[in-house]
Amino acid sequence: MSAATHDEATRRDFLYVFSGAAAGVGVAVTAWPFIDQMNPSAATQALATTEVPLAPIAEGQQITVMWQGKPTWVRRRTAAEIEQVRAMSNSELKDPQPDQERVKKPEWLVVIGICTHLGCIPNRDNAGQPGGYLCACHGSVYDASGRILRGPAPLNLAVPPYEFVSDTLIRIG
Amino acid sequence: MASGPSTYTPSNGFMRWLDARLPIVRFANDNLLSFPTPKNLNYAYTFGAILFYCLVIQIVTGIVLAMHFIPNSALAFGSVEYIMRDVNYGWLIRYIHMNGASFFFIAVYVHIFRGIYYGSYKAPREILWILGVIIFLLMCATGFLGYTLPWSQMSLWGANVITNLLGALLGQDFTQWLWGGYSVDNPTLQRFFSLHYLLPFVILGVSVLHVWALHHVGNNNPTGIEPKGPQDTVPLMPYYTTKYYFVIALFTIAFAAVVFYAPNLFGHVDHYVEGNPLKTPAHIAPEWYLAAFYAMLRAIDFNFILDSKVLGVLVMVGAIGILFLVPWLDTSKVRSARYRPVFWWCFWIFVADYAVLSWAGLQPAGVVLFQTGVGEDGNPVGFSITHLSQIGTIYYFGFFLLIMPLLGLFETPRPLPDSIATAVLAKKKGGAAAPAGAASAPETRV
Repeated sequence: MSAATHDEATRRDFLYVFSGAAAGVGVAVTAWPFIDQMNPSAATQALATTEVPLAPIAEGQQITVMWQGKPTWVRRRTAAEIEQVRAMSNSELKDPQPDQERVKKPEWLVVIGICTHLGCIPNRDNAGQPGGYLCACHGSVYDASGRILRGPAPLNLAVPPYEFVSDTLIRIG
Repeated sequence: MASGPSTYTPSNGFMRWLDARLPIVRFANDNLLSFPTPKNLNYAYTFGAILFYCLVIQIVTGIVLAMHFIPNSALAFGSVEYIMRDVNYGWLIRYIHMNGASFFFIAVYVHIFRGIYYGSYKAPREILWILGVIIFLLMCATGFLGYTLPWSQMSLWGANVITNLLGALLGQDFTQWLWGGYSVDNPTLQRFFSLHYLLPFVILGVSVLHVWALHHVGNNNPTGIEPKGPQDTVPLMPYYTTKYYFVIALFTIAFAAVVFYAPNLFGHVDHYVEGNPLKTPAHIAPEWYLAAFYAMLRAIDFNFILDSKVLGVLVMVGAIGILFLVPWLDTSKVRSARYRPVFWWCFWIFVADYAVLSWAGLQPAGVVLFQTGVGEDGNPVGFSITHLSQIGTIYYFGFFLLIMPLLGLFETPRPLPDSIATAVLAKKKGGAAAPAGAASAPETRV
C-alpha cells in the first residue's frame, strides 16, 4: 500500500476503507433479496390454517390431516389410554411434560406426526409401547401422548397451535 | 501451469501469430502432451482421467435429461417415467446418468484411497488434496440433490432426513429457508433442480484448480520420491494418455454392462414409488456411496455432552471435515505405504472399515447380527448393526486422529530407493537393464 511509509492514517487510507465499506454494504443489501426469495412465499404462508370436524372420528380412532404440508394427527383417545399416559412419571420421560399440558381436552390428542429425530412419520404400533407410536426409520418410540420414550429422537412430537371453534370443530394454525 | 519450461515451438506462421496473442496451443501442449510425469505411475494413477470422463458423461446426459424432466412435485415422477418410456432413447440416457453417478463415486473412492496409500497429500500437495476434498463434498451434494429429483418415496424421504440433519445444527428457520415452506414440497424440488444443474459446473471449475495445482507441483508416484531429473520422467503423451485410453475402455465396459444388464443394481425399489408425504417407507436407505457417512450418523445413539442427534450430525460432518486436516495429521516423512510396513496394514484395515460402514449404512437400523438373547419386548437382542457401525466409526476416526499422527513417530520405514529410476530398474532386475535415460525423453527425437 502507498501508505506503508506513514505511521498515521492518510487521507488515502480513509478513502480505501470508506469505499470498501460502502461496497460491502452495497453487496449485502443487494444479496438480501436473493437470500430471502428462498423463504416460504406468500402463497405458501397463506395455507397456514386447517379446520377439522371432529364428529366423524370414533373413540380410539385417529385421522391424519395436512397442516402447512405436514401430516397432523387428530386422535380420539380411549379412557384407558388417557389413564395410561397420565400415570407416566417424569423420570420415565426423556422430554418431561405432563399430558395435561399437551392436550386441550383429554379425549383429543392433536400432534404433528413428524418424528423429532429426522422427520420420518412414525406409525401407530404397539410393538414399542401399547397405544403408542414407533418410528421405523431409526426406532424412536412415543406414547399415546406423543411423548418420546426411547430411541434417538430428542423431543416429544410437536403440538401445533389449535383451538376448539366448537365442540365438534377445531382450527389448527 | 505446467512445471518446467515450455517445449512448444509453433509450426507455422499462423501458429506463431496465435501464440503471441493467445498461447492456448502452447498451454495444451505443455499440460496435455509434453507434461513430465514420473515414469513409474501405475494404474491407480489413471483414475483422475477417469473422473474427468465421468464428469463429462454426467454433464452431457444431465443436460439432455433436463430437456424432458419437469421440476414440479406433481409432475416430476411422471416426467421421469415419460423419459423412461416415451422419449427416444430416454431409458438409455437416464440409466447412464443414474449409474454414471455410482461409477463416478467408484472412481473417486479409488482416487482418494490411492491418495492416502501413496501419501499424496503431503507437502507440497496439501492444496491439491484440499481442492480434491472440496470436489468430493460437491459431488456428495450433487449426488444427493439428483437423488431427490425423481420425487419418489426415496427422493422425498431422503430429502426430509438430510434437510432435517442440517436443521439439527442450524435450526428450524434455516430448514424452512431451505425448503421454501414448512415441509419438503414443490419449492424444495424446484430449487434442488436448479442447484443440481449448477453444481457440476462448480465441480468443473474446482477440478480445473485441482489440475492446475497438480501440474504446478507435479504428480506424486508409487515411491513417494520426487523426480530428480529427466531420467525419472516421461511425457504425458503418449505414455500416460495411452494408459488412460486403455483403462477408460475397461471402465466403459464395466459401466455398459451395468447400464444394459443390471441398470437398477445400485437402486432401491422405493425409488419407483411416487413420493407420498403421508407415508414414510419402512426403511430409508441413502445411495451406497453416502452410506458409510449415514452409518456413522446412526452409530451415535447415545448422549455425550451434546444431545445424540446433534452429536450424530457432528460426527457425520466431521467424517468428511477431517479429510481437510489429513496433510497435517500424518506426521510420517515417508509418503508411500510401500515403505511403511505398519501403515500398510492400517491402510487396508481402513479400506475394509469403510466398506463395512457402507454396508451397515444400507441395512435397517437395529438389525441384530449375532443374537445373544430376547429382550423384554420379545425382540432379539445382541450385536446389532448399530454396534458394528460404532466399532467402524471408532476405527474411522482412530485412523486419522491416532494412527496417522502416532505412526509417524513410532514406525520404522523401509529404506527408500535413491530415485524413481533406481526403483524401476531394481524391479526389473533379471531382465536386460535399459540404458539409463534411453526412453526418458523420446519427444526430443521427433
